[in-house]
Amino acid sequence: MKVSYKWLQEYLDIDVKPKDLAEKLARTSVDINDVYSPSDGLTKLVVGYVTSLKPHPDSDHLAICQVNIGEAEDVQIVCGAPNIAANHNVIVALPGARIGNNIKIKRSKMRGELSEGMICALQEIGFTEKVAPKAYDEGIWFLPEEAKPGESIFPYLGMDDVIIDTDITPNRGDMFSMRGNVNDIAAFYDLKPHFTEKKVVENSDEQTSDLISAAIPNPEIAPTYKLRVIKDVQIADSPLWLQIKLWNAGIRPINNVVDVTNYILIKYGQPLHSFDYNKLPSHDISVRHAHQGEEFVTLDKDTRELIAEDIVVTAGDKPVALAGTMGGLETAISDDTTAVTLESAIFDSILVRKQARRLDLHSESSTRFERGIDPATVETAVDEAAQMIAELAHGTVTTGIVTGSETKPKPVIVKVTLARINHVLGTSLVAQDVTDIFNRLAFVSEFNGDTFTVDVPTRRWDVNIEADLLEEIARIFGYDNIPSTLPAQTNNVGGLDAEQKLIRSSRHVLEGLGLNQAISYSLTTIEKAQQFQITNGGTPMVLDYPMSQDHVATRMNLISGLLIDVAYNVARSQENIALYEQGRTFVPVAADQRPTEEEHIAGVVTGKLLTDTWHDKTEAVDFYQIKGIVEQFLQNMALTGNVTFVANTARKEMHPGRTADIFLDDQIIGYVGEIHPNTAKEYKIPESYVFELNLEPIIANDKIARHYQEISKYPSITRDIAMLVNDYITNQEIVSLIQDKGGAFLTDVTLFDVYQGTHVPEGKKSLAYSLTYQDKNETLVEDKVNQAFDKVTAKLIEEFDITVR
Amino acid sequence: MGLQDKLNDLLQQGLKQVEESVNLESINDVRVKMLGKKGPITEVLRGMRDLSAEERPKVGQFANEVRDQLTNAIDEQRAKLENAKLNDQLKKEAIDVTLPGNSVAQGQPHVIQQIIDELVDLFIGMGYVVAEGSEVEEDRYNFEMLNLPKDHPARDMQDTFYVTPEILMRTQTSPMQARTLETHDFSKGPLKMVSPGKVYRRDTDDATHSHQFHQVEGLVIGKHITMADLKGTLEVVAQDLFGDELEVRLRPSYFPFTEPSVEADITCFNCHGKGCAICKYTGWIEVLGAGMTHPNVLKMAGVDPEEYGGFAFGLGPDRFAMLKYGVNDIRDFYQNDVRFLTQFDQKG
Repeated sequence: MKVSYKWLQEYLDIDVKPKDLAEKLARTSVDINDVYSPSDGLTKLVVGYVTSLKPHPDSDHLAICQVNIGEAEDVQIVCGAPNIAANHNVIVALPGARIGNNIKIKRSKMRGELSEGMICALQEIGFTEKVAPKAYDEGIWFLPEEAKPGESIFPYLGMDDVIIDTDITPNRGDMFSMRGNVNDIAAFYDLKPHFTEKKVVENSDEQTSDLISAAIPNPEIAPTYKLRVIKDVQIADSPLWLQIKLWNAGIRPINNVVDVTNYILIKYGQPLHSFDYNKLPSHDISVRHAHQGEEFVTLDKDTRELIAEDIVVTAGDKPVALAGTMGGLETAISDDTTAVTLESAIFDSILVRKQARRLDLHSESSTRFERGIDPATVETAVDEAAQMIAELAHGTVTTGIVTGSETKPKPVIVKVTLARINHVLGTSLVAQDVTDIFNRLAFVSEFNGDTFTVDVPTRRWDVNIEADLLEEIARIFGYDNIPSTLPAQTNNVGGLDAEQKLIRSSRHVLEGLGLNQAISYSLTTIEKAQQFQITNGGTPMVLDYPMSQDHVATRMNLISGLLIDVAYNVARSQENIALYEQGRTFVPVAADQRPTEEEHIAGVVTGKLLTDTWHDKTEAVDFYQIKGIVEQFLQNMALTGNVTFVANTARKEMHPGRTADIFLDDQIIGYVGEIHPNTAKEYKIPESYVFELNLEPIIANDKIARHYQEISKYPSITRDIAMLVNDYITNQEIVSLIQDKGGAFLTDVTLFDVYQGTHVPEGKKSLAYSLTYQDKNETLVEDKVNQAFDKVTAKLIEEFDITVR
Repeated sequence: MGLQDKLNDLLQQGLKQVEESVNLESINDVRVKMLGKKGPITEVLRGMRDLSAEERPKVGQFANEVRDQLTNAIDEQRAKLENAKLNDQLKKEAIDVTLPGNSVAQGQPHVIQQIIDELVDLFIGMGYVVAEGSEVEEDRYNFEMLNLPKDHPARDMQDTFYVTPEILMRTQTSPMQARTLETHDFSKGPLKMVSPGKVYRRDTDDATHSHQFHQVEGLVIGKHITMADLKGTLEVVAQDLFGDELEVRLRPSYFPFTEPSVEADITCFNCHGKGCAICKYTGWIEVLGAGMTHPNVLKMAGVDPEEYGGFAFGLGPDRFAMLKYGVNDIRDFYQNDVRFLTQFDQKG
């Protein structure tokens, strides 16, 4: 809410700087968006009196004006406004002035005629289109007759005010009014406000109830509903003081009836609606839910199609307003209005909110109905409005208020003990401190030596329970004054659990292996969500009402997100990309059930893992490099289970000849390989290698206990074997056999050469292994090694039909 | 010429030759020539048998002295020459040490991960446990159990991705408040937990909005937890992340699941309170929201609000990273440009 500092001063003897007041408000009450003066950034704008004018000889729309700016001689200013006229006070920007949008005004010649400045419209001195009065849309603004030429225009237009723009939290609906602000500021500065209410004088004997009736069959949608009628009104512009109050509050002045309703809205936070009494199709007023599909033309000339949840004010069952949201075009106040029906009501906050939201019609009124209305001022507000209209539009107020519904506010009594206050806030307040705070808030309280019993006024409908009172005490006492402590240490031990530790170290391992952590979007397309699954988990969970077609479904794999990242990099000329991601995948369980969230880890390498330098040319990544990363990772995970890699030619998105499933014992836990060229093309990425692992079985698998293996002081012996073998036999089969049959002293098997080509027959490959033997307890003798080596060679011949080379 | 003079002569001759040796070969030659079995000194010594018993030891001693002197001179000269040769070689091996070193592979944690880890470690140090919840939540835990019934206006503040009317992408990490409250065994002491994780809002992605971001939730519930404890905790967090010379201010705010609710601001670290673009000329930067847990939240989770109470807070690592490192587009965090990711690599 845009709170005028000058308006506050009418009710409070306050002498702090507006900036300091704003800081205090922020610390005690509501957040502050901005503190500004309407005159900020504007200079050299003075009152000018147009003494005479003549048409410009070379233009059909410009006028040459002689303007008194308080100097000995008039100055000449060329003006193009259609409503420029002699004998009026106008806004003059002198040469050197800064006007709106930081435009600088210079002495100039306009079509040959000297112009010493500029005569300005309100829009040219910073007024927004939304706020500047419509009547002057096309022209300049006239200052009051009593304005003195040469003086600053700011005081005449209320532009010397300072506006504190507050950002109000949902609970503090009371701060949407001057009254609320005055009360709260009075509380934290310990001031006595002199807020004035204007009493109504019913100057017509005519009974309102003879003119109009109101019946609310369903008081839940309109718990309070009241009407007044003002007759014989003369619609005109409001006086300048009223217009200033409105435009400084960000509301456009319209006429002396509508402006009064808006003034009351700001002053009390009570929205009022004014109907043209004579245009109401009937004078039997009611409030009901709309009929599904019912049409209604609102003030802004839009035809709205309503739904059954909407609420409308009706006259003889015909809608005349969207309750609390916007009035109807047909019954709006216009220049020929002579009688006004004023509505002051409370509508159901949720229904107003839904209606305003659905129709995108958030207004000053709907905001206040949504945040709450003080039931105590519904009548005060309509009375004061009626009186003001009577005064400003020379109307007569008829006798009596017509009440369609009325819900008397229930008294709110909240109790809190002094001990509780100090226990929760960590303070050491005494009873008098707390009583003072309640007094400053103007909450009636009683203390019985132990407990405060507080009667909460209706204007603070957010205060209902003990915790609410604690907040009031805390903020008025001042959060700055609350001590700073830490919770007392107890014997609770914090820390990560085993799973969290493993996940954290899984990240560190991959970073150590050269992959950068990526965090991609978990929501993706349905197609991408279900690609690259380790085991087929079906179709992904889909959002009911997504925001964009790129983020529709929860991912069931991490690779697709990483490939989007690769594509993003490739499109920006990044050739070497090494990423990993650790995060959740979502495995659907059943419709209407939450998916199972699995922790996965995945990586991608495109281009080179190491960048080339002048000294060192590196190889582009291949299958074996990414596999090396996976192997090292799994090694670090210290699994007791047996990890094996098995070729899988059937993964749709993967290269059929360069992909291996990864098994932990006989459970598949992931895969590693090259992206299928077709998939790479779809993602617009070059040759890329990926892996994805389900961390859940890795977390669940027992870990190898750390135990030091003494390093043998006896020498080891190695034997190399080179063999020709059918090319469908895998390395893994051979290594398994060697390990299985290698004897007690075999400590290591290392593949050191793979060869196919010249000198190797078709359908065969040459493999060479180095076998290392060692005895922990004594020096190994050649004979034992020879025996073991011969045995394993024989087994290899027997099982795989190898030829030793 | 006596043997002694001869030896003296040989010594002078030898020392001269040693001095004149310019390389290891010639010094070796000198050694062989002078000290070898067929060398002149050996020859001289052979002539000793002709000497008297008195003279023999004297000459013998002198001969040994000559031999030692020569040996030392040769060793010294050889060391000198060897050293010169090595220095020569090292000189030739000299390289431009300003040329860059080879590249090594080292990955970096994501900047948001770094902030989360830092926060989590800070809280672990204060005795908190870490509880990660589900990213797909029930409406009940995301809203209702947090005192946000179905038609609550505060739900409008968080546009939600629903899957069914009861299932949604969590909009906050706060559901872990309700879940941990339900399961915590208070007989074992107070509940102190932090919950980091991803959250989702139905927003259009732009420089300042992201449909996915992160939160770290905290909750401390016990018999003697005060608002002063909350204030102290928030100060520790803000100062740990942004520097301990900064002032922390609390101001009233509103969250349905806390009462009183506060927002914590720190002095703008960029302008130190003078006002700048980063703090939107207020001198303050909002860093987190917090409050004393609402009695309804405790009640709904089966915890007696008369006996137990405490505080909760929530903070945004994405926002922290943006503020702390001057990242001005939140999408940078999720597009994973390697030039972005590798910028946050300082370990110190």
